[in-house]
Amino acid sequence: MAIVEVRGLRKEFDDVVAVDGVDIRSEEGEFLVLLGPSGCGKTTLLRMIAGLEEPTDGEILLGGEQVNGLPPRARRVAMVFQSYALYPHMTVANNIAFPLKAQGSEPSERLDKVKWAAGLFGIEHLLNRRPRHLSGGERQRVALARALVREPSVFLLDEPLSNLDAKLRAAARDDLMEFQRRIGITTIYVTHDQVEAMGMGDRIAVMDHGKVRQLGTPEEVYHNPADTFVARFLGSPPMNLLEEEDFMFGFRPEQFLPEGVASDDNGRIPFTFYVSRIEYLGSERYLYGHIPGHEETKIIAMLPATVTLPLTENRDHQFSVAESQMRYFDRERGVSIPPQPLKT
Amino acid sequence: MTTRARQRYLSDNPRFLAWVFMSPTVIYILALVGFPFVLAIIYAFTDITTGNPAIEFVGFDTIRAVLADPVFRRALGNTFWFAVVSNLLVVILATALAELLTRDFKGKWFVRFLILLPWVAPVSLATITWLWTLDSIFSPIDWVLRQVGLISENMFWLGRPQLAMGSVIAVQVWRIAPLAAVIVMAGLTAIPNDINDAVAVDGAGPWRRLFQVTIPLLAPIIAVAVLFGVILTISDMSVVFVLTRGGPTHSTQVLSTWAFFKGIEGGALGQGAAVALFLFPVLVGITAVILRLARRREVL
Repeated sequence: MAIVEVRGLRKEFDDVVAVDGVDIRSEEGEFLVLLGPSGCGKTTLLRMIAGLEEPTDGEILLGGEQVNGLPPRARRVAMVFQSYALYPHMTVANNIAFPLKAQGSEPSERLDKVKWAAGLFGIEHLLNRRPRHLSGGERQRVALARALVREPSVFLLDEPLSNLDAKLRAAARDDLMEFQRRIGITTIYVTHDQVEAMGMGDRIAVMDHGKVRQLGTPEEVYHNPADTFVARFLGSPPMNLLEEEDFMFGFRPEQFLPEGVASDDNGRIPFTFYVSRIEYLGSERYLYGHIPGHEETKIIAMLPATVTLPLTENRDHQFSVAESQMRYFDRERGVSIPPQPLKT
Repeated sequence: MTTRARQRYLSDNPRFLAWVFMSPTVIYILALVGFPFVLAIIYAFTDITTGNPAIEFVGFDTIRAVLADPVFRRALGNTFWFAVVSNLLVVILATALAELLTRDFKGKWFVRFLILLPWVAPVSLATITWLWTLDSIFSPIDWVLRQVGLISENMFWLGRPQLAMGSVIAVQVWRIAPLAAVIVMAGLTAIPNDINDAVAVDGAGPWRRLFQVTIPLLAPIIAVAVLFGVILTISDMSVVFVLTRGGPTHSTQVLSTWAFFKGIEGGALGQGAAVALFLFPVLVGITAVILRLARRREVL
């Protein structure tokens, strides 16, 4: 197990800056998620850690040792690709054995290791099959087994669940977490799916335009976003953001509650909410509308099914947000600032 | 609906369109491939010559005469070595060239152009250039070797039996390697980048990657390249014809040139047809074997 650290990491492709000065330090055995929209540089960052891409500038340290310039095979990292990248002409057993052969290990030892890795993911019965005869979930397990058979010190995953259908994905997520806990291997996981990131990560690095916008636990990035990008990127629906003259403020849709529903009406900031449309989604209701005085900004409120209060469309309602749940941002730079007095 | 209105929709009728689009190909194949092929089969069972074009069937007499001819046996052996050795070299060269051409380097387009040139140039023109390059007196290769001091007198590239065979093979390789390289290149670019990345992360070096991943994945594509190469080598006579005309003393005689010399230059149409037809089952056999190999391989 090892700590992964990058310092001032930069990567330019011709004119494009893919990664723009990133500093991240993982904990030992941590599950660290790189989260961001496509093109934010998260995959490039992962590929630089793996050694598939050479940084333009900056340092990469694995287990305290600088690995810049070393080929992937000298880094003791394992990687699982989005497409799994199984070798189509080899059986599952040979796929898993491939890193061991490359390492030059003894054939007898190799067999034991392959069985061990296959056992970890419950694919012993598939060893003689070829990848194209496997289902998506089985392929993913083979890819994981192949990555881990060498007992690497760092485990890198590039959107490994995105090729699975929704049902399988939940199960695969569970397996992956359970497995990572058991082995305790430092894991860096790239995804654009915030549900995966929130559910799996010990910490999340939210990235945009090659920069890390915020690095923190799921609670931190969700409840105390460092800037408006993080506030908008996380959460579905995203945080409501309104502009005042010299700052912005925001609140999560689930914190925006009608009068009389909140357990304690003290310390709450009241708003008039004009509801223009209501979506009934079974487990919750989405209320779309705006706050008078801020007509240009669409506001969404999310009420759980436990709130049975009758509400009607095209009418003003009294809503409120707990003071402690209000977030404030600088208007120009978008970064988080201390609470400001509201004029509304 | 009136007839005229119906005609307006004729171009929407798939059966009509099928006929329109297929007919040029069908007519072309029937007239220029099918008809001569049937004619050749008929000729092979007659003793027809250019001097006596009457068709009189003689059973297997013509074919027996052809097979008994020692030059035919020589040509058969030469064809075999010519095809096997040149295509073996082509596969190695083409795989190396394809690897080179998929790398990124400066002036790549120019190198690509140079490598493709032999394929684009007209066969006879290119071969005539080689004829001069390998000339017994003026050969620039000999001149260079003499200057370097490796030889004291000219090699007679096309004048000695073994050297002549070597020269013919070299020119054939030069001519068909570009096509094979382009085919293999297409195969290389079809290998997903993730596979190559996985190989790197799994700790394999360049040789292991080449022999355990790249070449096995390319095998079906290489089989296609070999198929084209073998057929081009066996059925095409231009390189041998222009360079050596089968000489010296039939040492580079192959079946295609021998069929031409026998049937057209010698006037023995029946025997020429019989020699040419001998190639047919061989080509069918090779095609079947290679296609089966290609199909058995795993496809991505």
